[in-house]
Amino acid sequence: MSTKVPGDLTNLQSAASSRGRRFATALKGLYAKPASAFGTTIFMVFVLLAVIGPLIAPYGENQIIATEAKQPPSTSHWFGTDNLGRDIFSRVVLGARDILALSGLGTLLAVIIGIFLGLISGYRGGWFDETIMRFFDSLLALPALLLALVLLGILGPSNNSVLIVIVVVYTPIVARVVRSVALGVKTKGFVEVARLQGESLTWILTREILPSVLPALTVEAALRFSYAIFLVASLGFLGVGVQPPNPNWGLMVSEARSNVNQTPWAMVFPAAAISIVVIGVNLMADGLKRVFQAPVNV
Amino acid sequence: MSPGKRKAPILNIKNLTVAYRQGDEWLDAAREVSFCIQAGETYGLVGESGSGKTTLVLAIMRYLGANGSVRQGVIELDGQDLCTLSESEMRQIWGRKINLVPQNPQSALNPSIRVGEQLAETLRYHQKVDPAVARRQVVGLLEMVHIADPEQIAQSYPHQISGGMQQRVMIAMALSTEPRLLILDEPTTSLDVTTQSVILDLVRELIHGRQTAALYVTHNLGVVAQVCDRVAVLYAGDLVEDASTKDLYRKPLHPYTRGLLDSVPRLGETKNQVQLRGITGQIPPLGERPTGCVFRPRCPLVIEVCYQRPALYELTDKRRARCHRWEEIQRGEANAQQSSPEVIKTEPINTKENQEVLKLVDMKVYFPLRHSLGELVRRRKPRFVRAVDGVELKIRHGQTLGLVGESGSGKTTIARSVMGLVEKTAGDIELLSIPLPQKLSDRDLETLRHLQMIFQNPEDALNPYLTVGGSLSRPLITMMGKSGIEVDEDVAKLLVRVQLPAGYARRLPEQLSGGEKQRIAIARAFASNPDVLIADEPVSSLDVSVQASILNLLNQLQIDHGSSLLFISHNLAVVGYLADRIAVIYLGQLMEVADADVLFEVPYHPYTEALLSAIPLADPYAEQTQIRLEGEIPSAIQKPSGCPFHTRCPRFLGEICVNKTPPWRLDEETGKQYFCHIPVSELRQSQERVFTFKYSHPK
Repeated sequence: MSTKVPGDLTNLQSAASSRGRRFATALKGLYAKPASAFGTTIFMVFVLLAVIGPLIAPYGENQIIATEAKQPPSTSHWFGTDNLGRDIFSRVVLGARDILALSGLGTLLAVIIGIFLGLISGYRGGWFDETIMRFFDSLLALPALLLALVLLGILGPSNNSVLIVIVVVYTPIVARVVRSVALGVKTKGFVEVARLQGESLTWILTREILPSVLPALTVEAALRFSYAIFLVASLGFLGVGVQPPNPNWGLMVSEARSNVNQTPWAMVFPAAAISIVVIGVNLMADGLKRVFQAPVNV
Repeated sequence: MSPGKRKAPILNIKNLTVAYRQGDEWLDAAREVSFCIQAGETYGLVGESGSGKTTLVLAIMRYLGANGSVRQGVIELDGQDLCTLSESEMRQIWGRKINLVPQNPQSALNPSIRVGEQLAETLRYHQKVDPAVARRQVVGLLEMVHIADPEQIAQSYPHQISGGMQQRVMIAMALSTEPRLLILDEPTTSLDVTTQSVILDLVRELIHGRQTAALYVTHNLGVVAQVCDRVAVLYAGDLVEDASTKDLYRKPLHPYTRGLLDSVPRLGETKNQVQLRGITGQIPPLGERPTGCVFRPRCPLVIEVCYQRPALYELTDKRRARCHRWEEIQRGEANAQQSSPEVIKTEPINTKENQEVLKLVDMKVYFPLRHSLGELVRRRKPRFVRAVDGVELKIRHGQTLGLVGESGSGKTTIARSVMGLVEKTAGDIELLSIPLPQKLSDRDLETLRHLQMIFQNPEDALNPYLTVGGSLSRPLITMMGKSGIEVDEDVAKLLVRVQLPAGYARRLPEQLSGGEKQRIAIARAFASNPDVLIADEPVSSLDVSVQASILNLLNQLQIDHGSSLLFISHNLAVVGYLADRIAVIYLGQLMEVADADVLFEVPYHPYTEALLSAIPLADPYAEQTQIRLEGEIPSAIQKPSGCPFHTRCPRFLGEICVNKTPPWRLDEETGKQYFCHIPVSELRQSQERVFTFKYSHPK
């Protein structure tokens, strides 16, 4: 909307307040069932760790205390130390920011691009839709990890490459979900009326169709996010993604693998962190699905 | 005991209250309902949505879900209280003593089992006959419901036969076990009117010869008048009136019954003759039922005493009414304090000499069918669904043109094609004498502004995420170029015009009732002050009592704005009421075009004649010619040659109808034009007026 006129303002305000209301109801819905309440709490704890991690972590992520190497969990090192003498607890806590930021940003980009392409594909149809969707089908035909390995082989391992991998792997899935909802909504009366009343394409896509897509999209985004965490960790473990000495949980598991007999804790805690956060986000996504009553096929 | 002397009713419902649990509360969906049905009697249960008729049916069938329960009262079938029976005891009653004919036969028949097999199974299970005998009986059953080739139908799968045929099969199945009680739940609501009339005849015929009691549930007052002996009217869970059909229609005693009868236009009545009086407001939802009389908030006759719940008064001649003022109403003394606010003030525009605002010339819309691989290989010619096949229409300034047809006749396709939502195959569309670009994207804002549309389903006509004010402001901003405070003012004005409070601007669609949503949709369509407005079945998904006010509103706004209206509906009574001129369409071709006041007079096109005689009139005293169309509407892919109606025409002449396209004929006397080989004089001689009402309207 180009001009801020009072008429629009009241509408925007009430729309915003209703959006706030919807967020509150969604949160209430998530806490209505123990499983999704548990998942949501886990997710929020990890987000909190990601934000205030440096305040909690007793040591730096790559701070080596050579004298205290290979120590089992104790009061001074809660999760023990690895063979170089780095504090595992600090590394797990500080690693949260890294992994959540990378997978979060990747998912966000995938969602944005997916919305854009999915909306246009679904609404416009025709050759554009065919081209985009057939291309996405061919991407989806490859297993995600295989596709990631190929891409990283081309791009070389770095944080940016991992980001691109997440976007390429998950955009088609998001676009498909958006497209399928858009296909259903575009035949509804209110969209046809908007066309008959000369609304612009942008308005129709963003204000008439997008809001109806959001419930299903929220669930999908949460699921994609949990898979993205998994993917980032997997790539770290395989050694093709984030490079040492980054406290990536997957990388930590991989590094500790060779010393598993001496320092099993160095492998167990980061691995547990991966599982817990993935399970948490998955439970939350299930809860979101229930709240929005939108069954989504993955 | 001989059947004639049998006094004990088959179904006897006493003081029945059914409630649903919502949270910790039990909310009554039906309250203290009593009625009984005798053998051979057809008992009508009439009510709008939310009146509790489905709840009653579920309670009688013992089909209430886990959140529903009978709170008090008894349901006696042949003296046995069904509420006390266990599930296994009920299984002896279901299908054997009580049978149900559902609204949607498509979902009641198993799609993967042949029709005959399903009928035979019922016989095998309930009457323990052996398979060979059952198969023979199936043919007899199908003959009983007048299916012409029973062997073939028995061999068909449900999807291979039409909806009317499916419903006949359901009726045959329901009667096959000679049940004590037959429940018909809106059995013709999903059918076309010509099919409906055949099914209604069948129901009447089959029930009268039997000792079965029939409970006919419907919202359609016309159907009740045609098939039922007695009628109970339900409103918000209360049985408000119970009388013999003839008494009820002649002199309704409850204000709600009166309101309902006044809400439906009678066939042939026009807006210039009568003013429809709808009932203000809407049925209160469960849990918001008012204290005292449930109808009090909407009743025009409300007085002090109505704040106490009225008893179901027993009147003379076996009538009952739940109204404190029934005696005054019976004596004709009770009158509404104020008249209805919806009175049309402006004189209608004289449309005869006016300019043509919309003109369709030989319009055709064909949808290509996708080739199958076999057809591609054999290089078959492409096939088309000929949805609209050469339609010529003119609408003059300020005129309302009614377009009437059964489902599949192409009326919606015409509307969508004019609007640019569907591409036409051939022909021209002119708006204000200027050719209209076919593609929506080629039309400029000015053109869009002049041409607007109201859709059938109010539920999806409004963006659920946009406030009412937001929806209404969009056409003002995009098409009228308004901004700022002007938009707010105009939104408020629009709301006033459709008789809604200005505060509604901040509401979301989910906070509105169906009628209110349709009002907003109408307001939005009028926002750009269009010259031509197309309304596609704007009232068919609304309750009867709400319909009237929407029709009045449309009429009022149309006159105020000087717009022309293309009003599309399957309901001839509604079209006849609102339209100045009516076009009857069949299989994508116009059959007859006439002024609204002469359409109902002779001569008729044979199709119009059949249509008029098929409509169930809401008056048990009315006289109506019985013309029943045989067969089904042919497919628009393989349309009959010559006259498209020749396959079903009761006045079929022979060769000429099959081989030659009929001419358009003009009746000089009435100005009627019709598409038929039979000349005017001949038609006029052989036809009489199809229907006459005996009593004037109770208004």
